[in-house]
Amino acid sequence: MLLIEGGRVIDPETGKDETGSIVIAEGKIMDILPGAGSPGKFDGRVIDAGGKWVLPGLIDMHVHLRDPGYEWKEDIRSGTAAAAAGGFSSVVCMANTSPVNDHPEVTRYIREKAASQGTANVFPVAAVTRGMEGKEMTDFVELFEAGAVAFSDDGKPIRNPLLLRRALEYARAFDFLILEHAEECELSEGGAANEGWTAFRLGIPGIPHAAEEIAIARDILLARQTGGRIHIQHISTKMGVDLLRMAKRAGLRVTGETAPHYFTLTDAAIEGYNTNAKMNPPLRGEEDRMAVLEGIVDGTIDVIASDHAPHDMLTKRCEFVGASNGIIGLETALPLSMALLAGGKVSPARLADLFSAAPARILGLKGKGSLRRGADADVTIVDPDAEWEFRESDVRSKSQNSPFFGWKMKGRAVAVLCRGRITHSLLRGVPPDV
Amino acid sequence: MNRMDWRRKHVLGLADFSTEEIEFVVDTARSMEEVLTRDIKKVPALRGKTVVNLFFEASTRTRTSFEIAGKRLSADVVNFSSTSSSVAKGETLLDTARNIDAMKPNIIVMRHPASGAAHFLSRHVSCSVINAGDGSNEHPTQGLLDLFSILKVKGKIKGLKVSIIGDILHSRVVRSNLHSLGRMGADLWLCGPSTLLPREMARGGANVTNDIREAVRDADVVMMLRIQLERQKTAYFPSIREYSRTYGLNSGIFSLAKKDAVIMHPGPINRGVELSDELADSAQSIILNQVETGVAIRMALLYLLAGGHNAAH
Amino acid sequence: MKKSGRKLIMDAKAVDRVISRITHEILEKNKGAEDIALVGICSGGVPLSRIIQKKIQSIEGVEVPAGYVDITLYRDDLSRAGYQPRLKRTEIPFSIDDKKVVLVDDVLFTGRTIRAAMDALIDFGRPMNIQLAVLIDRGHRELPIRADYVGRNVPTARNETIEAVVEGKPGEWKVMLKESTPGKGE
Repeated sequence: MLLIEGGRVIDPETGKDETGSIVIAEGKIMDILPGAGSPGKFDGRVIDAGGKWVLPGLIDMHVHLRDPGYEWKEDIRSGTAAAAAGGFSSVVCMANTSPVNDHPEVTRYIREKAASQGTANVFPVAAVTRGMEGKEMTDFVELFEAGAVAFSDDGKPIRNPLLLRRALEYARAFDFLILEHAEECELSEGGAANEGWTAFRLGIPGIPHAAEEIAIARDILLARQTGGRIHIQHISTKMGVDLLRMAKRAGLRVTGETAPHYFTLTDAAIEGYNTNAKMNPPLRGEEDRMAVLEGIVDGTIDVIASDHAPHDMLTKRCEFVGASNGIIGLETALPLSMALLAGGKVSPARLADLFSAAPARILGLKGKGSLRRGADADVTIVDPDAEWEFRESDVRSKSQNSPFFGWKMKGRAVAVLCRGRITHSLLRGVPPDV
Repeated sequence: MNRMDWRRKHVLGLADFSTEEIEFVVDTARSMEEVLTRDIKKVPALRGKTVVNLFFEASTRTRTSFEIAGKRLSADVVNFSSTSSSVAKGETLLDTARNIDAMKPNIIVMRHPASGAAHFLSRHVSCSVINAGDGSNEHPTQGLLDLFSILKVKGKIKGLKVSIIGDILHSRVVRSNLHSLGRMGADLWLCGPSTLLPREMARGGANVTNDIREAVRDADVVMMLRIQLERQKTAYFPSIREYSRTYGLNSGIFSLAKKDAVIMHPGPINRGVELSDELADSAQSIILNQVETGVAIRMALLYLLAGGHNAAH
Repeated sequence: MKKSGRKLIMDAKAVDRVISRITHEILEKNKGAEDIALVGICSGGVPLSRIIQKKIQSIEGVEVPAGYVDITLYRDDLSRAGYQPRLKRTEIPFSIDDKKVVLVDDVLFTGRTIRAAMDALIDFGRPMNIQLAVLIDRGHRELPIRADYVGRNVPTARNETIEAVVEGKPGEWKVMLKESTPGKGE
């Protein structure tokens, strides 16, 4: 039995935003009591959440755990530890492992390892095509039965529109979701940074906006053609946001996400050939950054997901064009997003929706993303006023490829529960469960 | 039974067949069936008449069925297959048709990979044309024999729940059956993966579902279609394994149907894929009856087109 | 003979007497009912063959096998018919091998129907002999066919038809002579 007492309980799914206490037992939320007072004698542990936000456990919908196959960059244990430290009780991991998660055995491996060694719920995404080669569909139904929650060839787009069409149509019968990394490879080939003034000055070959825009347009229109569901990952461009907005106005079943770095940084960050600012899609211009922000504010963008992409030093400490793409993000996603609250355009409830309720809804994760009675006891306790500096020594991930070291952050997850188990705690007197 | 004047010169599809015509063909086929029970399975009705089987697509079963049907009626049957011939040398369909027509056959039975080919042929020859399958359009003799097979075992069509499961998109058999069974009042259900079940099908009045259980539940007739790998340029579903797990008929799923439900299949069967071994050989399968009925239906049509003076001439 | 319209040739009683006589003749010629099989020719000969079967039963106390044959598929005039003749059924649920098959028809006209019926019978087996019983012989034979048992000879013109009713209430049986449109044969 556990009581989280006196915090500001924010549950966008039920519309609740008020002071209250949460009673947890057997891994489930038993009761939510209004008001700050404690219910007299309580037989169990008590977490004092006074002055803190109590949110439904955060869900990172776009994470690369690198396990199986690239365990030196990250594995399920370290990745979920980083997730817990970042405030997440659940992660959704992509299929570009080695072997690719295109077979139910790999899906089962990931689930089982997470169950025994992980400190967060892990929901695997299976590949759309075998080997992620873009040629033959995987066995969607069998993968779903093994535990896959959605399908994606992320890392890569599905290049053949006919294949994406078939996949969307096929998935429609079962209401499966396809997550698409939107990139027109013929246009981005050879590029290493956003095609613009900075890349030009540095002599780095560019990736044009159109590479993402064309692909997003294609994906939206195929979703329209087939009546299938599609989710656009890591949107970085203004036109990309505009297209998503248009799709939603037309009533199409399209959702979209962005990552914190796309509304925090611009391509100015690659100055000095900083490979820790290199990712795909690349950081764009200021106009794009503002448009992404606007998209979050007006509800066009449904989810913030980190696109946590751990890489070892070897692949980052080299010439810019040869460096691997991606940055870690589990431990900085929430604090960077807290900056959205400044100016009041994004409310704490909206933030909770972006990080928890929306991913749960989009992926159909039962019992997640909500603090209602009977839901799984996945809870994230946030101190919105905590001021801290993000340092290498804090990092729980095996990799350190982040451009945010030395940044002063405001706001931090101070405790995380995953099915009633405390997986992370900075609170005095509340140690994490082993 | 009302007297009816048979006026059709061609049998190109069931799209414009009236219920009277359908019943007339079935009734004629009943008489033909009796001939097939005799020791001497021959009647002189089409003596001296010529039937040409013009098959541009491989097909042993349909072609053999038409050949036997013709021979039972004492017709001279000639088989023309496209590989070993002028078509391989690049002759157009029009020229091939005209050449054969010049030899004055009474009926040409044609199977062709292009939808509408039979309609085209009928406009350019003077004899009668029977469509044995044109692309993804129609297979009228199959539609009629399926209907007659069901009638024989169930006594009626009206109100029966008939579920057709498989590659609906490419199936000319489905389209013909929609006309025959639909017109006669069956409660039709079409089932398959979304990629093979076009939404337009619901417009014709059939029920459409992706859930095989929903399709089979309380069905009187379950018709399985062959998964046509040779037709697909890009796979419409991931693998045979996934297909048979989700859309294959096995005893477990079939137990949801009515107790006296029957299983049909236009053939050839992919055992273990769309239909389990066990069910294919079970007492509830009327697949072989379909084959038998097919000969009688084809005899009926050959007789109706060539057995008398054609009023339409 | 009226130019248009109908004339009653035989009334119910006359029909019944004539059929009885035919039946007796069949039994006399064949020295009893042994090995006799009746095959009615569709459709006019079918009810007649059943009546004969019943009468044999009441005279000899024996039920001889009776079937019926549709000769449509054996006609030689299919290509001349102005319409598509509707097929009827054939049912001969017994072996005709070594039987004395008595073909039964209501009206004997050109003889082509009988020829077709014999072709059909031969396909069914090898009878000992085939005999022919008809209610009315109206003449105009086109083939060398003759009936063994004739109810009555009625000379007719080609454009006339004979209609025999031997079904339903025995009181309603009759034979009519009618004028009809040329070219319609049966």
